[in-house]
Amino acid sequence: MALISASSLCVDTRVKSVSFELHKGEVLGLIGPNGAGKTTLLNTLAGLEQSSGEVSIDGQAFDSLPAKRRARLVGLQPQSLNSVWSLSVADVVGLGRMPWGDSDSEAIQRAMQRAGVSEFAQRSIDHLSGGERARVWLARVFAGEPKALLSDEPIASLDIHYQLEVMEVLKAYSNEGNGVMVALHDLSLAARFCDRLCLMQVGEMIAQGNPAEVLTAPLLSQVYGVDVEVNLEHSPPIVLPK
Amino acid sequence: MARLLIPILSILLILVTWLSLGLGSVPVPVWEGLWDWLQDDTSRSALIIGEVRLPRTLLALAVGAALGLAGAALQGLLCNPLAEPGLVGASQGAALGAATVFYFGLFAGLGSLATAIAGLLGAAITLLLMLALAGSGRPALVIMAGLAISTVAGAALAVVLNFAPNPYAMQELVFWLLGSVSNRGLDSLWVLLPALLIGGVLIWQQRHLLAALSLGERVAESMGLSVARGSRLTALGAATLVGASVSVAGNIGFVGLLVPHIMRPWVGHRPDRLLIPSAMMGAILVCTADICVRAMPPGPELKLGVLTSMLGAPLFIWLVWKERKRWH
Repeated sequence: MALISASSLCVDTRVKSVSFELHKGEVLGLIGPNGAGKTTLLNTLAGLEQSSGEVSIDGQAFDSLPAKRRARLVGLQPQSLNSVWSLSVADVVGLGRMPWGDSDSEAIQRAMQRAGVSEFAQRSIDHLSGGERARVWLARVFAGEPKALLSDEPIASLDIHYQLEVMEVLKAYSNEGNGVMVALHDLSLAARFCDRLCLMQVGEMIAQGNPAEVLTAPLLSQVYGVDVEVNLEHSPPIVLPK
Repeated sequence: MARLLIPILSILLILVTWLSLGLGSVPVPVWEGLWDWLQDDTSRSALIIGEVRLPRTLLALAVGAALGLAGAALQGLLCNPLAEPGLVGASQGAALGAATVFYFGLFAGLGSLATAIAGLLGAAITLLLMLALAGSGRPALVIMAGLAISTVAGAALAVVLNFAPNPYAMQELVFWLLGSVSNRGLDSLWVLLPALLIGGVLIWQQRHLLAALSLGERVAESMGLSVARGSRLTALGAATLVGASVSVAGNIGFVGLLVPHIMRPWVGHRPDRLLIPSAMMGAILVCTADICVRAMPPGPELKLGVLTSMLGAPLFIWLVWKERKRWH
């Protein structure tokens, strides 16, 4: 059974009749140009947008799922995050327990270990680098131990070291039987880390499938409007504009 | 250190209360006076402690707690360290309600409670208007609505002042607006305490929302919290606290703005953990300020609200200075 299954999902004019499934143990990449509706789609699945169509989460109809129950199943890491107050890392991660209404210290420790932020647990979030902070945001979502983790461009402003690290942490989370859905702009990393890909363009799902099916030069050139060099045989795979 | 915070504040609170009961123009044994008063004795010390100093002290503590708590809640709700109780419109509404008592002589039968009751009514009306105007809005909109209604109430208050029937009524009104806890009697406490309880419970129930809002509305919503409903309940709680405290004591400035700032570093900047320490610190500060007012040489009394503003303004400048250095 799929963790998330959506059919003919519409969000006003931003997402148009999209259907897809997210399975346990997979990383599902969401790619497409700016304005394709990736963020809207992720936000909708996290209960932030009104939508029509049929969505079920872990076998339960989305609309009949109370907010807290939904939040336990689906965790969202939004695109740009900031903490207004200079909270400690441990406190930020602890906020991730909110859907459960507890402060399960074991779950928080696990989450910090998973994201590799344990060593600076007591530091203030203000004093961390962008890369360290990105892992803290991730740890916050891990703390809720959602079966489906939605991550919106988690590597957008990171250097290549942290990009790999974050992707590896997400991959490891999926390997434990969870589903990860991640919006990405870096197509090479999408090819390398995602089990399947959804390619979107102005609210529509253009293609879905494994990386070899979706990442083809003609399709990408058509969607992005630039010539693209694709070499999936190479290790690591390369998908770059020409 | 964080674990010691509440015990330290409790000790300070007891000390300040004790000092406030013990200090005055006539030296009176506090225990004895309090004991006699509880026994319904009419000794001199019982009357001074029970009828004069106890109401004044309790009122100062309650007003301070209400303002500190309301300030902490609103700063958390708006994710803005500059938010203050005046923003929810209730204080202007309460002032307007009380002013109309001075103007029209309403509720004359209630005696000293008349301003408090009218103030509460004024606060309640501005509150309802604010919630109606905000609709199902986000936190920022709820406060904008509060500010809009507050402006209307402020304008109406100016009209009342403008057409004050006689200079005495106007003087009385202006002095009342300056804020004070003297000569209020225990009756006012029966207005303030229920409001403190209701407002406190409303805010306390939303503490998780305040914590989650640190990461923004979207994150809070995605974690299953109802941001729209919770922010209205929080604003309602804050307005109840502010409305009631302005109704009985007039405007006591800067407490709601500054107290959360002072306490924030002690609670790891967590908006949820800030609530109770802010209430306690607010109580300590207002009671201390009132002790200072009473310790001044005899003559025209310096109003409590004037003193807190005089002390608060430099502190505020210091805060801006500190914040400025952070950005260099």
